[in-house]
Amino acid sequence: MLGSLSSTLGLMRKKGAWATGAVLTTAASIAQAAGDAAERSSVNMPVGVTDVGSSIYSLHMLIFWICVVIGVGVFGVMFYSIYYHRKSRGVVPAQFHESTKVEIAWTVVPFLILIGMAVPATSTLLEIYDFEDAEMDILVTGYQWKWKYEYLQEDGENVSFFSNLATSQSEIYNSADKNDNYLLEVDEPIVIPVNTKVRFLVTANDVIHAFWVPELAVKKDAIPGFINETWTLAKEEGIYRGQCAELCGKDHGFMPIVVKVVSEAEYAEWLADKQADAAQIRELMAQTFTMDELMARGKDVYQKNCLACHGAGGEGGVGTAIAGSAIVQGEVGGHLEVGVNGVPGSAMQAFGGILNDVDLAAVITYQRNAFGNNMGDMVQPIDVFNYKKG
Amino acid sequence: MAHGPAKGISRWLFTTNHKDIGTMYLWFSFAMFILGGAFAMIIRAELFQPGMQLVEPAFFNQMTTLHGLVMVFGAIMPSFVGLANWLIPMMIGAPDMALPRMNNWSFWILPPAFLLLASTLFMEGGAPAFGWTFYAPLSTTYAAPSVTFFIFAIHILGLSSIMGSINIIATVMNMRAPGMTYMKMPLFVWTWLITAFLLVAVMPVLAGAVTMMLMDVHFGTSFFSAAGGGDPVLFQHIFWFFGHPEVYIIILPAFGVVSQIIPAFSRKPLFGYDSMVYATAAIAFLSFIVWAHHMYTVGMPVAGELFFMYATMLIAVPTGVKVFNWITTMWRGALSFETPMLFCIGFLVLFTIGGFTGLMLSIAPADFQYHDSYFVVAHFHYVMVAGAVFSMTAAVYYWLPKWTGKMYNETMGKTHFWISFIGFNVTFFPQHFVGLAGMPRRIPDYALQFADFNMMSSVGAFIYGASQILFLYNVIATIVAGKPVSDDKVWDGAEGLEWTVATPAPYHTFETPPTLDPAHAHS
Repeated sequence: MLGSLSSTLGLMRKKGAWATGAVLTTAASIAQAAGDAAERSSVNMPVGVTDVGSSIYSLHMLIFWICVVIGVGVFGVMFYSIYYHRKSRGVVPAQFHESTKVEIAWTVVPFLILIGMAVPATSTLLEIYDFEDAEMDILVTGYQWKWKYEYLQEDGENVSFFSNLATSQSEIYNSADKNDNYLLEVDEPIVIPVNTKVRFLVTANDVIHAFWVPELAVKKDAIPGFINETWTLAKEEGIYRGQCAELCGKDHGFMPIVVKVVSEAEYAEWLADKQADAAQIRELMAQTFTMDELMARGKDVYQKNCLACHGAGGEGGVGTAIAGSAIVQGEVGGHLEVGVNGVPGSAMQAFGGILNDVDLAAVITYQRNAFGNNMGDMVQPIDVFNYKKG
Repeated sequence: MAHGPAKGISRWLFTTNHKDIGTMYLWFSFAMFILGGAFAMIIRAELFQPGMQLVEPAFFNQMTTLHGLVMVFGAIMPSFVGLANWLIPMMIGAPDMALPRMNNWSFWILPPAFLLLASTLFMEGGAPAFGWTFYAPLSTTYAAPSVTFFIFAIHILGLSSIMGSINIIATVMNMRAPGMTYMKMPLFVWTWLITAFLLVAVMPVLAGAVTMMLMDVHFGTSFFSAAGGGDPVLFQHIFWFFGHPEVYIIILPAFGVVSQIIPAFSRKPLFGYDSMVYATAAIAFLSFIVWAHHMYTVGMPVAGELFFMYATMLIAVPTGVKVFNWITTMWRGALSFETPMLFCIGFLVLFTIGGFTGLMLSIAPADFQYHDSYFVVAHFHYVMVAGAVFSMTAAVYYWLPKWTGKMYNETMGKTHFWISFIGFNVTFFPQHFVGLAGMPRRIPDYALQFADFNMMSSVGAFIYGASQILFLYNVIATIVAGKPVSDDKVWDGAEGLEWTVATPAPYHTFETPPTLDPAHAHS
């Protein structure tokens, strides 16, 4: 309790304008918004860093101002009437109650205004739907509750990795101060080059998710069994943050998207590094590890991939308990089966396609020897490889 | 044969009297409003600050799901059916509803349905946690076992709605007093007649959707699973083919209420009666061909996007006609501002704002940014709460003296309005901002830049929630100890047959059909 209170107070101090009461916070945040306008507005849609984003923003503001003008007119007439046509002023009510001319006018005029809105809306929509000439493709797959990004290469090796929430549980549960990118930070962002048309092929592995990065003007549903496409062309380098936008279960609020837009040179370097990493993992797969190595790596993998459902102490939650589990304390083969192929029809995913063999071997070893499960045996990458082969 | 109500509990269990059944619907819907409101309070309490404080994410999702389901199916829809039961026979000069026994049944299957739904909270795996829109496969393959109970609850609610609407259609078509042609019916009757047709058309579609879910969950079919040759997007098409007309099922009777009350307190006939009827019919027609505007981001072909965008934008035309007609009704009237009128003016202002954001949302390219953000949450609460709930509240204050023969406390009523109005706006106006700035809906925790507005929103929600207790108190105090009213016509500007019967309305009215006063054609 005290911890959460002090972290809240810390937050209040950082934000400066708090503590004065909820009503005052509006004024404060509007003032703040004006100050940060160049960064990210807290009251309006971001313009973003793409041409499509600018078109959407202009369209949004156009419709908004048309609504404001109509609103001022409509409410103006209404409040005039409320003030001047009050019974308490002793007015005698008129008895008129129809006029075909007036009805036709206020049917036709709004219709014309709508046509005025439909023209720019149509052209912006066509702009969004122009998928031609993409210079690179990234396959985006939504998982409960993380994203997988796969860089599809015409030549050379595909690079693929998972991107998990990086915010710690202690920040979420208020025992540590929340950092500025609270809930909008990942362990590994997507990296894309600036001024390059990047096409995202969006799909999902389990339930429907949605891939949304406001400043890149990208939002598309990730649907299991179907591949959607969307694209962006970022004109400024920087880090852009978004979130899953379709309810996808328990941790829907905890699977952010971070896109790092970098120079072409930096991107090429990053890609080369990733490809080298992939080669290294392939090498590791041939190695035999010691218990300590497997336990250390396994703990890491467990915290990123298993903890959300199975609990920090293996006590279970959405998933079954790891501590004392019959599967974990049973034959290695049965444990591998669940780890590699998952449990169909449940939230337990098939990690054979998510984790590489080294990580899978490590985490299974870890589960068998942590939380009081003192099985004493080890699983090596080659065991996983052989199991997958059947 | 004389006939007052039966004594004791059997009066309520076996009643076929439209007034008793209307009363039960109204009380039941208020109970559901409080329950759904309690869920909302839990949601807003968790969102008061960033970080997880009170509930776990899984439970939070159960709360958003049940809040939506209970409010839509338990509070708003039954409340308007209750109103229809009380008022339609009295407005068209009929002695009762056309099918009184079915009327009893369509009410009495509701409480078990909600018991079924609420019981899921205590089941292993928890209550449904997939949102009130229950998109597959989250609601099928990945749902808790309680989904089966949810499916049967929806089936029963659908049955109740279908029976209720058949009853309304049969009553309006067959039991109007001699001389009351269709174009002389009060607008509330018109809006309900059209609503009833919408219900009969789309509730079976919803039943189909949940039946397919049942098959997918228990009998190995793959309607909504791509792995078996099905399509998760098919679910959304079916759901929204029900879901969009559903929105108008909720709002059209509200339009009807407002069209009764604004003329009464403007002391001037409703402007443009004919165009109001045509606009209602036009909205109902359009509601069938715009469903996919809830799905702009599922990956439709561009031609589909354009069709649904243009069709959706068109709704602004008949809706605009309605707003203009109401305001012109007020123009050069002699206005007074009793509680029902205040709630109607609140409706008019806030519903119009909800209409504007609806127009913004219809623009497909912009919706790529708005979709599934808090901007949408703000939009539909402006039309659902400030639209449907405000007009329902106006209706209760307006007809309560006729129902009970007693006058509510006006000061308390006005206080209720102002607290509601302020609380509502403090809750939902900031949600436009956080939505535009990028806050997704249905999340139990959020990034720090959304903190200020969320705290404000929560404070507003607590104020709005508390104001409903005042409402409950005022209604009970009126029934128990309100100042008696004896005029048939409680409000000097009120028009319509329901104001020609005694106050309080006797148990049986219009046992012989009334003669229409030609001077007061429609009202």
